[in-house]
Amino acid sequence: MSLRTIRILLWLPLVGFLIVLGLVLSGLIKPHDTSVRSQMVGKPLPAFALRSARPGQPPLASASFADGKVRLVNIFASWCVPCVVEMPQLAQLKQAGVVIEGIASRDKPADSLAFLQRNGDPYDRIGDDSTSAVQIAIGSSGVPETYVVDGKGIIRAQHIGPIQPQDVADILAAVKDAR
Amino acid sequence: MIAEAGLAALWIAAALAALQAFLGLGALRSGGEQLLRAVRPVAVAQAVMTLTSFAALVWLFWRTDLSVKLVAEDSATTVPALYRIAGTWGNHEGSMLLWVTILAIAGAAVALLERRLPERTLAATIAAQGVIALGFFAFLLFSSNPFARLETAPAEGNGFNPLLQDPGLAFHPPTLYVGYVGLSVAFSFAVGALLTRDVGPAFAKAMRPWVLGAWVFLTLGITAGSYWAYYELGWGGWWFWDPTENASLMPWLAATALLHSVTVLATRDGLRAWTVMLAVVAFSMSMVGTFLVRSGILTSVHAFALDPRRGAFILVLLALYIGGALALFGARIATVAEGNRFDPVSREGALVVNNLLLSVILGLVLIGTLYPLAAESLTGEKLSVGPPYFNATAGPLALILVAVMAAGPVMRWRRDELAKVARRIAIPAVLTIVALALALLLAPGLHVLPLLGLALAAGVAAASVAPLWKRNLRRTPFFTWGMVVAHLGVAVSLAGMASESAFTKETLVAARPGETVTVGPYAVRFAAIDPLPSGNYTAVQATLIATRGAGAPIILQPQQRTFDNPPQTTSESAIATRWDGQLYTVVGEPVPGGRWQLRLWWKPFVTLIWAGGALIALGGALSLIGRSLPRRRAIVESSGYARFG
Repeated sequence: MSLRTIRILLWLPLVGFLIVLGLVLSGLIKPHDTSVRSQMVGKPLPAFALRSARPGQPPLASASFADGKVRLVNIFASWCVPCVVEMPQLAQLKQAGVVIEGIASRDKPADSLAFLQRNGDPYDRIGDDSTSAVQIAIGSSGVPETYVVDGKGIIRAQHIGPIQPQDVADILAAVKDAR
Repeated sequence: MIAEAGLAALWIAAALAALQAFLGLGALRSGGEQLLRAVRPVAVAQAVMTLTSFAALVWLFWRTDLSVKLVAEDSATTVPALYRIAGTWGNHEGSMLLWVTILAIAGAAVALLERRLPERTLAATIAAQGVIALGFFAFLLFSSNPFARLETAPAEGNGFNPLLQDPGLAFHPPTLYVGYVGLSVAFSFAVGALLTRDVGPAFAKAMRPWVLGAWVFLTLGITAGSYWAYYELGWGGWWFWDPTENASLMPWLAATALLHSVTVLATRDGLRAWTVMLAVVAFSMSMVGTFLVRSGILTSVHAFALDPRRGAFILVLLALYIGGALALFGARIATVAEGNRFDPVSREGALVVNNLLLSVILGLVLIGTLYPLAAESLTGEKLSVGPPYFNATAGPLALILVAVMAAGPVMRWRRDELAKVARRIAIPAVLTIVALALALLLAPGLHVLPLLGLALAAGVAAASVAPLWKRNLRRTPFFTWGMVVAHLGVAVSLAGMASESAFTKETLVAARPGETVTVGPYAVRFAAIDPLPSGNYTAVQATLIATRGAGAPIILQPQQRTFDNPPQTTSESAIATRWDGQLYTVVGEPVPGGRWQLRLWWKPFVTLIWAGGALIALGGALSLIGRSLPRRRAIVESSGYARFG
């Protein structure tokens, strides 16, 4: 190695440090997105069959999604405060002709029904996911979350957190896209 | 008033640090010898002021002065006495003040005690120490003021993190910090030597005791921290490759490498540039590690709150100090004359291999620690890097390192012959093979890493005492004893790790009182479960009676504690230590049907892990004594054998 090369190599530690520094800096200034995106977007719904939270009603099964109709799947719970916030928006979406299926996560059916009595019931069917197994299989890390599922049973979009009034248009657009 | 006095003391200390840097740099110029004489008392005064400030904060915590924001946030009148004192450093601001206090004391110690360093290098070193201290004073004063008052004092504080309410808190962080910050001295030495271009044996001999001292504390701190996590978290593990742990391991790896390379520089005047580099890296790792953890940059991956101002401040400091030192290295080191060369098969050669392996392991740990941050920055993907990565990458290299450690001490300086070295380590090598065969025979189906670990531990234990072979033990110098004890400690610790991972027996059950479960050689009867109110928590205590064969029964009482302020539940494990291992018990949540979760482990020889760590630290301390006492050097120098940092 020539002296010249060695002299250049001596600066390598500084270069390495600056790279680490840049990395840490970008981690520091970038706004932190703490939500966990589902890996299932673009994939078919995982197979499940949940008994209904409404007594005597048909179960909510993944097989029933592949009938050509676009649906929203909304994960909610009676113990979830942000879920109350999004109920008017869900009602609005239902009025706009969107079919909404509910999945009650870690809830007792009686509690779920009491919750819907208080806050309105936008759901076509409600699956009782008492162990949150289906919620996890769909790739949801929290409540509430809403998924757009197309007519072939494929998950097309995910909305994390409560649907706020300004989100309604986006969701309607996503539903339209999925048709 | 105490809070204001503490703050004032901190400001004065900062001003003194600035003065120290100024005087030190001034002394570098020709005719500046008077300034050098003035700089020593300034460094001491700075330490006294910082210590005063720290004492003020301890006082505020002890008296639980709730008008101070920090006290109100992290303590309460109901917190037990020990944690009202130790709680001083159980939070961000307080631990930063402790950090700076130790830094100032280290700077004062250099100014007071260092006599071997050439005057100009000493002046530059003290100036560097002043500049480092100044930055951290600024950080405390401008973005982490521990003395800030509240407009109105609350009636009661927020309480103290229950997980930290353990005697371990009283000594673990201070020990570790002494280690981290002690390395700042080596860093300042390196910067000083780069400024004066005076890198040689004298510089290395002056630096070595400081590195040794910091390394001893770092080793103790890591060992103690490992045991603390082991019994306090109740998970039965002793190392989790958590960013916080890696933050302490990385400086230790660098310091271990430095310790060995500085010996080559001191004895043979070789590895000049490399030793300076390591001295810079060791403290840089302390700073990066401490602040990645302290600032929350790394933990933010796990969605903890982060004050961006604080993080930015730290980054600027890191950029200035580490970037500055590395730039100085790039610009200056080529003008430092090259040191002595040596044969690949020699003591120096073995130490170079040691250094390379330690550096690669350090690199692997650093990459693993920063990878989640990089992945999120570049691809937006969230991930965490866990034990499988670290064990698979660092594990095999560590085993190779240990094997090299067996051969290194029996090699001669400058040049040796492979055949002779092989003859000298023949007995340990045979022992390794015998141990390997025994392990394969007696415990078939072991994983490869624990298997090799057990075999190597046996061989290395024998090899580590080889330097004492045929020596007059009473005339053997302390630092040779130090090396022998430290290397033996590595073998002991390795044996413990391998045994723990190979032979641990685990039982997880939901049991009713009255039932008996077995774990390893023990039959454990779940005798009772009782509520147990205490000071600031309520415990549920299980009484377990363990018997092995016809031995006397052991009573173990693990607890599940529920703290009131802040509300949190912790598991308090109960551990029975026997000569051949530990029985580790934890009581968990109640399960419907009147049953309770019990987690029981039998961990054969697990205590060797920490006993080994303590031996390593003891070895370092023996070396330190050997290096600081008036020497019996003539004998040692001529033997050319077994001299180590």
